[in-house]
Amino acid sequence: MSHKTPEELAAEAKRLLTDIEPRQATLKPRDRMAIPPQEMPAQDPMVRRGNMNEVATGYTAAQARVEAMRCLQCKNAPCMEGCPVRINIPAFLKAAADGDFSNAISIIKQNSLLPAVCGRVCPQETQCQAPCTVGKGLKDISKAVAIGRVERFVADWLAEQQKQDTPGIKPATGKKVAIIGSGPASITAAADIRREGHAVTMFEAFHKPGGVLMYGIPEFRLPKRIVEQEIETLKRMGVEVRTNFVVGRTRKLKDLLEQDGFDAAFVGTGAGLPKFMNIEGENLVGVYSANEYLTRVNLMKAYDRDRASTPILPSKKTVVAGGGNVAMDAARSALRMGAEEVHLVYRRTEAEMPARVEEVAHAKEEGVIFHLLQNPVRILGEKGIVTAVECLRYELGAPDDSGRRRPVAIKGSEFLMEADTVIIAIGNDSNPLIKQTTTEIEVNKYGNIIIDENGQTTLPRVYAGGDIVLGAATVILAMGQGRRAAESINAMLAGTQP
Amino acid sequence: MNRIVEKIQLSDDVFRLKVEAPLIAHERKAGQFVIVQLDTNFGERIPLTIADADPAAGTITLIFQAVGHTTHKLADLNTGDRIENLLGPLGRPTHIEKFGTAVCIGGGIGVAPLHPIAQALKAAGNRMVIIMGARTKNLLIMEPEMRRIADELIICTDDGSCGRKALVTEPLKEICQRTPPPDIAVAIGPPIMMKFCAEATRPFKVHTMVSLNTIMIDGTGMCGGCRVTVGKETKFVCVDGPEFDGHLVDFDNMITRLGAYKTQEKKAHDQCHLEAEVAALAKKQGAG
Repeated sequence: MSHKTPEELAAEAKRLLTDIEPRQATLKPRDRMAIPPQEMPAQDPMVRRGNMNEVATGYTAAQARVEAMRCLQCKNAPCMEGCPVRINIPAFLKAAADGDFSNAISIIKQNSLLPAVCGRVCPQETQCQAPCTVGKGLKDISKAVAIGRVERFVADWLAEQQKQDTPGIKPATGKKVAIIGSGPASITAAADIRREGHAVTMFEAFHKPGGVLMYGIPEFRLPKRIVEQEIETLKRMGVEVRTNFVVGRTRKLKDLLEQDGFDAAFVGTGAGLPKFMNIEGENLVGVYSANEYLTRVNLMKAYDRDRASTPILPSKKTVVAGGGNVAMDAARSALRMGAEEVHLVYRRTEAEMPARVEEVAHAKEEGVIFHLLQNPVRILGEKGIVTAVECLRYELGAPDDSGRRRPVAIKGSEFLMEADTVIIAIGNDSNPLIKQTTTEIEVNKYGNIIIDENGQTTLPRVYAGGDIVLGAATVILAMGQGRRAAESINAMLAGTQP
Repeated sequence: MNRIVEKIQLSDDVFRLKVEAPLIAHERKAGQFVIVQLDTNFGERIPLTIADADPAAGTITLIFQAVGHTTHKLADLNTGDRIENLLGPLGRPTHIEKFGTAVCIGGGIGVAPLHPIAQALKAAGNRMVIIMGARTKNLLIMEPEMRRIADELIICTDDGSCGRKALVTEPLKEICQRTPPPDIAVAIGPPIMMKFCAEATRPFKVHTMVSLNTIMIDGTGMCGGCRVTVGKETKFVCVDGPEFDGHLVDFDNMITRLGAYKTQEKKAHDQCHLEAEVAALAKKQGAG
């Protein structure tokens, strides 16, 4: 990634902008494609692995404009097809290129309510940027227009204006909707439903709302103040946020509907059920699920050693099993928690890793050691505490039903990796509490809630979206489902849909 | 909400709090617990059993021992103070039915969570044999309440200062040897006590339920921090428990996992005592 300092990048962009701006109106596609892609300024890897501050520090205004000018404004806009919520990408890029950031962010907000989040965490390389004409023309996907980075810039720009941008609310309808969970799907649904004038109450089990945005994604990838701002916006809109309330236990979902006057409910309870490998030694002291590790670090602030009461065990050698964003987050958090060495073990190759390209690159830069085509098979310990992980080597065979080549163990290839901390980051399943306490809601064999094309579950007036439906997925997909369900709920409450 | 309406000290470091929590009081069943957190930004989340609840009054009762820095802070709160974050009721309710004769063993503070279960078992028509044990007389709690439920009450202390000088496993073994033997045993107390109670009943094949109290964070099943090995399976105490078959629980692993943060906990506990001392000194100097 970038070997230039943020200062160098800022100065270069300023020079470029001064050069291009006068002839902006006359730029030909050839000229646009010749504009150098703007690198994202980032903290130096060896510095940032010791702090929790955001790694990618964001474009300057000049960088954002220059990058936006790389867009060819092509007619068929393949980028829009790639976006799960169909943001009008060419339009917002044109506004950004012109320096009209206010218009740019307004365009994005027509479709996306969380641009400060999505600009940071969307896997753009598999969504909007994958089919980008510029990237294809340059035969290098990493040289596609950096749509996400420009999105992030305009979102941050808006926040800096400190104009409390509260969406307008229609007159009160007298209807009440319960939103269960407070992650991205729920935040989105709550906003869309509240705008129609319905009373909205959001129920969150934890003491702080935000769901995976709070407990899962680390501070250095997604600053918590951004999540808090989104929640504050909801509160200013009049959404009631009730923390320390676990629907299914504190109150049953059906009681909310039948006794507490709620006319509809949206279930956005997420993929909060950690997957363990079910291998020997997994319950030894020092073995964590990624959920536990990240919750201790992010939500309970274990990194603040002076003030936090929920610690992480000190580590010399941490081994992380997995290859997704959660595994990268866990590995990079472990570094910041002071582990001398962090080893990541993944049973396929880098090409098959589901993690964002940027996270893998950042992890490597920070010194996470990657072990590919390897997988833990046993965890060993002494006196109940982990001391080593026994791993097997693999090779790739025929594809499985995810389309990726299945890893096949190489017999007799066992070897030991010393470890005092092991983090299992192989995925999460849907949290089962709502299903267990509301028998009418049907789930599939993975425990995911089944919904129809309107987002409604098998229990009338109850809708669902996000990871609880999709399995562990992305913020933007959760947001898309939250919007769809909200649209259906609004139609149902208005009497325009059965 | 979450206001303390009554605070009583039961013994040296054991406290009883009645807390305003109408929703929890309404839904709560015997065996369930709450998660308490005193500071939203940095506070520790800890599980405490709901010792009792009054749905009409909208209150729950928590009985706890001040053994670490969070429980000390909780013990410092007074009537009128709020518990900042209170989540519940969590865990699966105790399975209650008419088994026949139930022998309930409470070790130390374990009598507090045992009480609602014993109440429910009695209400279901079981004959109640209750064994209460503590190191010394001062640490026995809730004797009058247990006496009200028991058809037979046996009190033991390690030092003989009250009742029989014995560990609870002694009378437990005797009871198991009766004809007929008890139909079920419920043992709640320190992990090592539950382990030995389960070992005591094992040769007599008396089904024994234990209530586990592990380290927890969320309490809703999303982190696995509270996991224990039961038979060949991994279970989460917060959503699969807190009760399990005592003959299947791997107590050694559970005890090791409970001690995972001993060093950090001791440091925080010592710091807490130091701060209390300093505060007391400052007060004295201010008054003097």
